[in-house]
Amino acid sequence: MSSDKFDAGKPVGGLPSPLRRKLLLGMAALPAVGLLPRGALAQALPTDAVNTTKLAVTDSTVKVGILHSTTGTMAISETGSVQAEKLAIAQINEMGGVLGRKIEVIQEDGASDWPTFAEKARKLLVEDKVAAVFGCWTSASRKAVLPVFEQYNGMLYYPTFYEGLEQSKNVIYTGQEATQQILAGLDWVTKEKGAKSFFLIGSDYIWPRTSNKIARKHIEMKGQKVVGEEYFPLGHTQFNSVINKIKLTKPDVIYASVVGGSNVAFYKQMKAAGIDLNKQVLMTISVTEDEMLGIGGENIAGAYACMKYFQSLQNPNNEKFVAAFKAMWGANSVIGDVTQAGYLGPWLWKLTVEKAKSFDIDKIAVASEGIEFSGAPEGYVRVHGNHHLWSKTRVGRARPDGQFDVVYETADLIEPNPFPKGYQ
Amino acid sequence: MTRNPQTGLLDRGLWRIDGDVVGILLLAALLVIVLPLGLDIFRLNMVGKYLTYAFVALGLVLCWGSAGILSLGQGIFFGIGGYCMAMFLKLEASSPEATKIQSTPGIPDFMDWNQLTALPWFWEPFHSLTFSIVAVVAVPALLAFIVGLAMFKRRVGGVYFAIITQAFAAILTILIVGQQGYTGGINGITDLRTLKGWDIRTDEAKLVLYFVNAALLIGCILLCLTVRRSKLGRILVALRDKEDRVRFSGYDVANFKIFVFCFAAALSAVGGAMFTLQVGFMSPSFVGIVPSIEMVIYCAVGGRLSLLGAVYGTLLVNWAKTMLSESFPELWLFAMGALFIGVVMVFPNGLAGLYQQYIAPRLRRPFVGRAKMPAAAAPIIPPHTAAD
Repeated sequence: MSSDKFDAGKPVGGLPSPLRRKLLLGMAALPAVGLLPRGALAQALPTDAVNTTKLAVTDSTVKVGILHSTTGTMAISETGSVQAEKLAIAQINEMGGVLGRKIEVIQEDGASDWPTFAEKARKLLVEDKVAAVFGCWTSASRKAVLPVFEQYNGMLYYPTFYEGLEQSKNVIYTGQEATQQILAGLDWVTKEKGAKSFFLIGSDYIWPRTSNKIARKHIEMKGQKVVGEEYFPLGHTQFNSVINKIKLTKPDVIYASVVGGSNVAFYKQMKAAGIDLNKQVLMTISVTEDEMLGIGGENIAGAYACMKYFQSLQNPNNEKFVAAFKAMWGANSVIGDVTQAGYLGPWLWKLTVEKAKSFDIDKIAVASEGIEFSGAPEGYVRVHGNHHLWSKTRVGRARPDGQFDVVYETADLIEPNPFPKGYQ
Repeated sequence: MTRNPQTGLLDRGLWRIDGDVVGILLLAALLVIVLPLGLDIFRLNMVGKYLTYAFVALGLVLCWGSAGILSLGQGIFFGIGGYCMAMFLKLEASSPEATKIQSTPGIPDFMDWNQLTALPWFWEPFHSLTFSIVAVVAVPALLAFIVGLAMFKRRVGGVYFAIITQAFAAILTILIVGQQGYTGGINGITDLRTLKGWDIRTDEAKLVLYFVNAALLIGCILLCLTVRRSKLGRILVALRDKEDRVRFSGYDVANFKIFVFCFAAALSAVGGAMFTLQVGFMSPSFVGIVPSIEMVIYCAVGGRLSLLGAVYGTLLVNWAKTMLSESFPELWLFAMGALFIGVVMVFPNGLAGLYQQYIAPRLRRPFVGRAKMPAAAAPIIPPHTAAD
């Protein structure tokens, strides 16, 4: 059964099924796997040759860092990413590791606090000399660690969809930048729903503001109208005034980028105010399956979300990914867009290291361009020279059970363009 | 030389050599000799970061410990001091050459993202280092003066004052987060590089900044000690213990309170500025209610009545925070909580209280005769606090 294999690009083989079964049994056998004789690969590529910059690489192991918030307000969002990254690493170790070396994880807690992220990033790079770090979630945490990664020449795999306007040799952005998430969705809603007027509403920080800036330009370039644009502080829970404005302006589409806990209040108050999302089109770029858990499917059913991945996506890669994720982390776990992007990080890093035949950061930064991962749950991805991923845009419609029906996906992969001309 | 009327001891003025001064020398030796020799630059930089909080704790010892004014908004001043420094560094990092990919080169990157096309007027003076350094101290002191004037002249004190300072911390956070085109929003001001062309990100710069920070801290401790030993310091203690009596004696209580609040604000701001220099960014997460309360905890763990205790308390809490979170990323917050509860239940006067109670008497006995070990030397612990 060929679809039973993780086809992870050319250099790697499939996941043998007895091993896979072990994997599905919850990784109980992991420690034993570490004792299996390593392939000839490690001997063929001596550590001195693949690691010229004194990273934590030995003949049989390589250390990597996971840096997310496991405490504080962001823990609820970042836990999925941690789980996905650990799953990917466990699977890679099952297959023999990276260049014959088993991956060892050092996990640090960013504690939802940006300076702590910077401190822990420095610790991972300076003290532990990790070969790569998978981590960060909010833009603020990424901005805090970016100078650290550039100064100590580390490599960060960043999973969240974000505002763009950034590109670094030391970061691979596995989520989508703003134009990849926004433009195709707007075009779809215009074509399918005949939308002419939009009401933009978001939380007040860089990502919603930049996203709405891009959305507004795109809307106005096509001769449509933005009838309102409102921002609320993070954690805000009183949306009645804006809901009244929405009722007054009667936009064809509500375009929402409200994040975190505010979502719960926003959707419940809309429902209470009598806005039926089956009649009023609402498109969000900030609600994934994870947020749906808090909002409650019945409060948001009918809304459209614009993402690159949904748990309900039907392809062999995703079916296996979802099964493995549930086997490792429990049958009730849900998988959102960012969780899937987090899963890509360790795989892309493995493929890049094997292409470069080296753990050196400089070589990985160069070799990243053109890396293809056909085992991605979202289908197939490729790394662009600007360190972002080519990926599709998909529109999903929220169901009462907390999942999405995928109603549209772009035919081709969309080129990442973190500095979009004409949209700034 | 006069005799202290209460203790009957000789009062040799502000600069007498005693346990406090020896303690400061020991702390100086620890900071300047022991730690730099014992730690690598990464850990030393972390200690430097912790020490910037110690400035806030020092201010709290005066404001809360001595004068009895509990401020739960010291993060405001720490933050403003840090932001003043960050604004200068950000402007230096945003030269037209370094920012030529932006739509408007020469302004900080976050302004460009927020569609600003010119530098706001209040950013202009921060091109000057002298102005920035003056602003680090002056702006927070001025703000503290205004808040103090409004509160203390109306005799608002105690719990009400603490709540109002919290409200100010919340207001300032919302302002900074909301006005992100002018302040960098929730991301803060990041990616600071050089100070007058000197790269602050290198290991050498970190070492130099650590020593500057340590020297400033020792200087501030001496300044605080001078204040505490002066007549002013005694009036502060008096108004903590019996405010009405001080007022009836003809002192304007409000002025003293305003002074000590401004003084604590200025100290916090120096810490904030040093924080920005050593960590390389500033964000609203240091301004709000939670960090402000955390800073009070540092002071409480160390002992709010002791200057040195506050420094050690800050070091201990932050060190524990780092170590616990590195070892138990999932559980460390519980351990911290247990530590705080333990401190408050077991030794309410903090580390300094422990020292006074158990260690100091043993140290003193060999040197000083029993008769000379009077009430004056001991008790930083005020009678009514010991009771509650």
